[in-house]
Amino acid sequence: MAIDQKLADDLKSQGVHVTSFEQLINWGRSSSLWPLQFGLACCAIEMIAATMAKYDMARFGAEVFRPSPRQADLMIVAGTVTKKMAPQVVRLYNQMAEPKYVLAMGACAISGGPFKEGYNVLKGVDRYIPVDIVVPGCPPRPEALLDGLIALQKKVKGEKLIGKDRVRHADPNGMAEMPVPEYGPHDLQPPMNPEVWKPKAKIRKEGEA
Amino acid sequence: MISDPLLQQSSPVLEEGSDDDQLLRVSLGPQHPSTHGVFRMNVELDGETVVRLKPVFGYLHRNHEKIAEGQTYLSSMPFTDRLDYICPLTNNWAYAHAVEKLAGIEVPERAEYMRVITAELTRLINHTAFAGFFLGDMGAWGSALMYAFREREKILDLFEDLTGARMMSNFMRFGGCRNDLPDGWLERCRALVDNYEPFLDEMEMFLLGNEILIARTQDVGQLPKETLINGGITGPMLRAAGVAYDIRKVDPYGIYDRFDFKMPLGEKGDCYDRLMIRFLEMRESLKILKQAIKDIPEGDFIAPKAKIRGFKPPVGEAYGRIEGPKGELGFYLVSDGTPQPYRYRVRPPSFVNLTLLEEMCVGLDIADVVIILGSVDIVLGEVDR
Repeated sequence: MAIDQKLADDLKSQGVHVTSFEQLINWGRSSSLWPLQFGLACCAIEMIAATMAKYDMARFGAEVFRPSPRQADLMIVAGTVTKKMAPQVVRLYNQMAEPKYVLAMGACAISGGPFKEGYNVLKGVDRYIPVDIVVPGCPPRPEALLDGLIALQKKVKGEKLIGKDRVRHADPNGMAEMPVPEYGPHDLQPPMNPEVWKPKAKIRKEGEA
Repeated sequence: MISDPLLQQSSPVLEEGSDDDQLLRVSLGPQHPSTHGVFRMNVELDGETVVRLKPVFGYLHRNHEKIAEGQTYLSSMPFTDRLDYICPLTNNWAYAHAVEKLAGIEVPERAEYMRVITAELTRLINHTAFAGFFLGDMGAWGSALMYAFREREKILDLFEDLTGARMMSNFMRFGGCRNDLPDGWLERCRALVDNYEPFLDEMEMFLLGNEILIARTQDVGQLPKETLINGGITGPMLRAAGVAYDIRKVDPYGIYDRFDFKMPLGEKGDCYDRLMIRFLEMRESLKILKQAIKDIPEGDFIAPKAKIRGFKPPVGEAYGRIEGPKGELGFYLVSDGTPQPYRYRVRPPSFVNLTLLEEMCVGLDIADVVIILGSVDIVLGEVDR
C-alpha cells in the first residue's frame, strides 16, 4: 500500500480507516462467498453438516447456498464426478457469473479417489475446470472444509485487480467459459482441457538418471 | 450446441400435430436442490399435472461392483461405506453377513451385540436425517434439518470414538468387529439413548399437527399393497402401507430374535404415513438399544479363528440380507475359491424402491413429485453404485 503505515495507524485510532479500493473489494468478496448448492456424493453430507449448527459456516459468511449457478460465487465440488456427470459440472461452471471460484472437496473430486481405477469416474475435476482450493479427505471433516474456505478467503484477499498480473476475472481477455466435454464412444472427448490441466511432468533428458 | 441426446430430448419441445403438443417437458436434475444428489427425472406436464415421468440414472455410477470383483473380499469393506453414505454401518453389516454366510463363520456374542447397537444407532441417524430432508423438500429448508443434524452429530461423535471416522466407519470384519468398545462408550451411548426420546417428542410435537405438512403429505403418493409387493418395495415404504415385512422379524439375522420390539405399521401408505412410520421405528430402535446396552456380555469382539489375511471362502454362492434403514439391503456373492469374489452384487433398497416412482407420481402436481421422491428416501450412492 502506498500510504505510510504509521499515518494509517494514527488515523485508525481516530476512527478513520485508510485502505485501497482493491483491498476493500477483495475484503467484501471474500467475506460473502455464496456457494452453489450442489452435492454429488458422500462429501455433500459433510458439506451440509458444515453449514449446520455445530460447525456453522455462517461465521465465515458462506452459508447462503444458492440452487442457481447464476447467483453463486463458489462451486464446492463435493463428491465423485463421473464421466456422465462431468459435462453437467462444466456447464454449471460456465453458467456461474464471474468472479467464480472452485473448491474441490474430497479425494474423488481431486483425483478420482478410491474409485479411480473404475471405468466411469473422472480422475480429478481439475481436468476440465480450474480448481482454486483442494480439501483432501474421504470425506473431509467439516472442519477441513472450513479450513479450505478460509484458505480461499485468503486467496481472494490477495487478488490483484489491476496491472499485468491481475486475476482472470479482472482481465477482459481472461477465459470465462470452459469447453464442455462430450460423451464419446469410449471416453469423454476431449479427455482433458490442456489450458486448465497442466500436471507437473518430469521430462527426462538423455543420460539423466 | 447441446450434444447430449438426452438433454435434447428433455428440453421443452412443442411438436405440432402430435397428441403431445400441449405437453411441457421438464428435466428435473441432475443439479436440483431436492433430488438428494444427482438423480434426474424427465417429467412431462399437462399444465401442472404430471403425465409421464422417466427417471434417468447413472450420474453417480462408480462401478463399485466391478471394482469389488478385482480385489480381495476384505478390500471391499471400505467401499460398502460409500454405498449408502448416510448409514455406513448397516452396509458393513450386510456385507459381513453375506461373507459369513458364504464362508460359514460364527460371530461371537459380544460382536453381535456391538453390531446391533451400531446398526440401530445408524437407523436413528438415517430416520432423523430423513425427517430433516423431507421437511426441506416441503419448503421448510434449514430449520428441521438443523434439529436433525444436531442429533446426528451426537451419534457421529460416538461413532468417531468407536471407529475412528465420522462417516466412513469400515468397522465390521468377517467374524466380528474391528475393535472393542472404548472405555466409557456404553455409558455415553446409554446417556444418548435416554436423551433421544425427548428429542423425538419435540420433533413430533412440531410435525404431527402441522397443517401444512398434513395438507401436503396426506393422500399423496399412495399405491395399493399388491403393487408395492409386486414392485419389490421393502422397508418403511412397504410397512407404511400396512404390509408386515421386516427382515428383523420375518428372517431374523444376528441376534434380533432376542429383543422385544414391535413392527410399526401404517394404514394408507401415503407420504404422511411414511414419515410417521419412521418416527415410530426410531422409538422401537431405542427399545432395542436399551436392551442391547443392558445385556451386552464380555468376551471376544471378533472370532479368534477369523482369518483377516489370505481369506479364501469355499466355492459357492450366498445371499446375505439385513433390514437396512431404507429396506432390504442384500449382498449376493459368488465365490470360485480364489481370494476375489467371482460375482459381487448389491441389492440396494433405494434403487428398488425408486422403481415405482412413476406410478406414484402420475396424475399429481409437479410439486408433489418432490415430496414423493423425498418420501422414498433415496441415497444416490446406493441407487447408482
